[in-house]
Amino acid sequence: MLLLAFDTATPAVTVAVGESGPDGSFTLRAAAGSVDARRHGELLSPTIVRVTEEAGITLADLDHIAVGIGPGPYTGLRVGLATAHALADALGIPCHGVTTLDALAFATGRAAPFVAMTDARRKEVFWARYDDHLTRVGEVAVDRPAELDTGGLPLVGDGARMYADVLGAGPDSPEPLHPDAAAMAELALLRLHRGEKLPDPQPLYLRRPDAVEPGAPKKVRQWVK
Amino acid sequence: MSDLPLVMGIETSCDETGVALVRGCELLGDAVASSVDQHVRFGGVVPEVASRAHLEAMTPTVHRALEQAGAKLSDVDAIAVTAGPGLAGALLVGVSAAKAYAMALGKPLYGVNHLVGHVAVDQLEHGPLPKPTIALLVSGGHTSLLQVNDLATDVVSLGDTVDDAAGEAYDKVARLLDLPYPGGPPIDKAAQRGDSKGIRFPRGKWGDGTYDFSFSGLKTAVARHVEDAERRGDPLVVDDIAAAFQESVVDVLTRKAVDACVEHGVGTLVISGGVAANSALRALAEERCREAGVELRVPRPRLCTDNGAMIAALGAEVVAAGLPASPLDLATDTSLPVNSPLAV
Repeated sequence: MLLLAFDTATPAVTVAVGESGPDGSFTLRAAAGSVDARRHGELLSPTIVRVTEEAGITLADLDHIAVGIGPGPYTGLRVGLATAHALADALGIPCHGVTTLDALAFATGRAAPFVAMTDARRKEVFWARYDDHLTRVGEVAVDRPAELDTGGLPLVGDGARMYADVLGAGPDSPEPLHPDAAAMAELALLRLHRGEKLPDPQPLYLRRPDAVEPGAPKKVRQWVK
Repeated sequence: MSDLPLVMGIETSCDETGVALVRGCELLGDAVASSVDQHVRFGGVVPEVASRAHLEAMTPTVHRALEQAGAKLSDVDAIAVTAGPGLAGALLVGVSAAKAYAMALGKPLYGVNHLVGHVAVDQLEHGPLPKPTIALLVSGGHTSLLQVNDLATDVVSLGDTVDDAAGEAYDKVARLLDLPYPGGPPIDKAAQRGDSKGIRFPRGKWGDGTYDFSFSGLKTAVARHVEDAERRGDPLVVDDIAAAFQESVVDVLTRKAVDACVEHGVGTLVISGGVAANSALRALAEERCREAGVELRVPRPRLCTDNGAMIAALGAEVVAAGLPASPLDLATDTSLPVNSPLAV
């Protein structure tokens, strides 16, 4: 079973093709990525073409697509989702969502509890607690680092690196900083093999659009009482 | 006709998700999903709200257009998408989807100019445009006067608004007059009942020897008029103010557009964009074009507002001109200049 995975919910654009055998064994066929927070829209499609070529397949060979559903800065996040929806639509194959923090957590391979966090901009982080690399505890949230109770657990992800001074950095390295599509592909194939349901490929925004309703028009004659 | 390529057009530059299928000058399917209802309470388009709506509407709108056309995705020969100008986050949804469709179907991608699309769409209603044609684009985001020598390769900007777009002025004046958003239709309706005789608002950049426009001074003049009436305790005659405001807008727009046709010796004027649905603009443009011996072409209102048909129509021109396809690393350009019908 061939699966294309990609994520654009962080400054990274990361793409991978993975394959699972009948016994659930995972093989990474190809992967590539780059970190450039302002060019997701330009980088994603060419990277998909490159990775499928390196994997020695065409898009028509794919059986599944897995896409990072965030949370993450919205404009980049939507590049991944719009691409995934259209690819799956045109290829006639299922499209699944993977919570971006879950992919980041999975890549740590950690067996003990920890907290994963990514940059949410506006001096906030997207974060979640994990019992181990496969097991999230509770929902993903967005908060200011200073108001966040990490319970003294080890911290991973770019959010932990950015706010190390506020969060009280532990002795551990916060690596990996960004999600990796290779881990995302392995996680998605593992869940599919186990018959678990993956999230729908819909964005986790966690915040409303910050628009305010307008008040009365400003006066143009300043001297009018 | 069937030997011409089937072009799918995707438009997401503002608050309408538009997808259409065009063969040559024939419109086969045209679907639009609008998020305008979600913007009403904010009195204008909220970019993040629009972007979220585009992502939700994208693939369903593609399939509505395909159904109308009685076509399958595999029938599509080329994909055109608005690369700019427009809202950054909104453009990216359409461009990302278009790239994915192009990749998966193995068909060429063309990133095209939204403004030139507004002119190209007229070909779906009135057939091929004479070369050259003068075009006046008036919408909530744009007020531009163009000389179109060739839709795919040669478009020259003659003038533009230096501040607000005409449609934006309508929205702002509607707020001053307590009329709903978007302001075009309610002001047009009020103006038809009103009498502009008693009020004279300024004509921005009137007779300044350019083809540029300005509407922010007009908006301020309306605000002054309203405040003065309130200060004196006079009742606000909304219909008359709307009539005087509308008269000022359409007077400048039609005068400069017809002048451009006469000065450049061009026999055809196209008026497009959301404001082209305005009754006074149509009426005065018809009158002045007739006097000047200029043929006036205005697409039906459905085609004047943002839609996928305009992008597919321009895409069909670009394909017919044999221009190279856009690369998959095509970038969106929020201020793509009008002299680039095809983004590079």
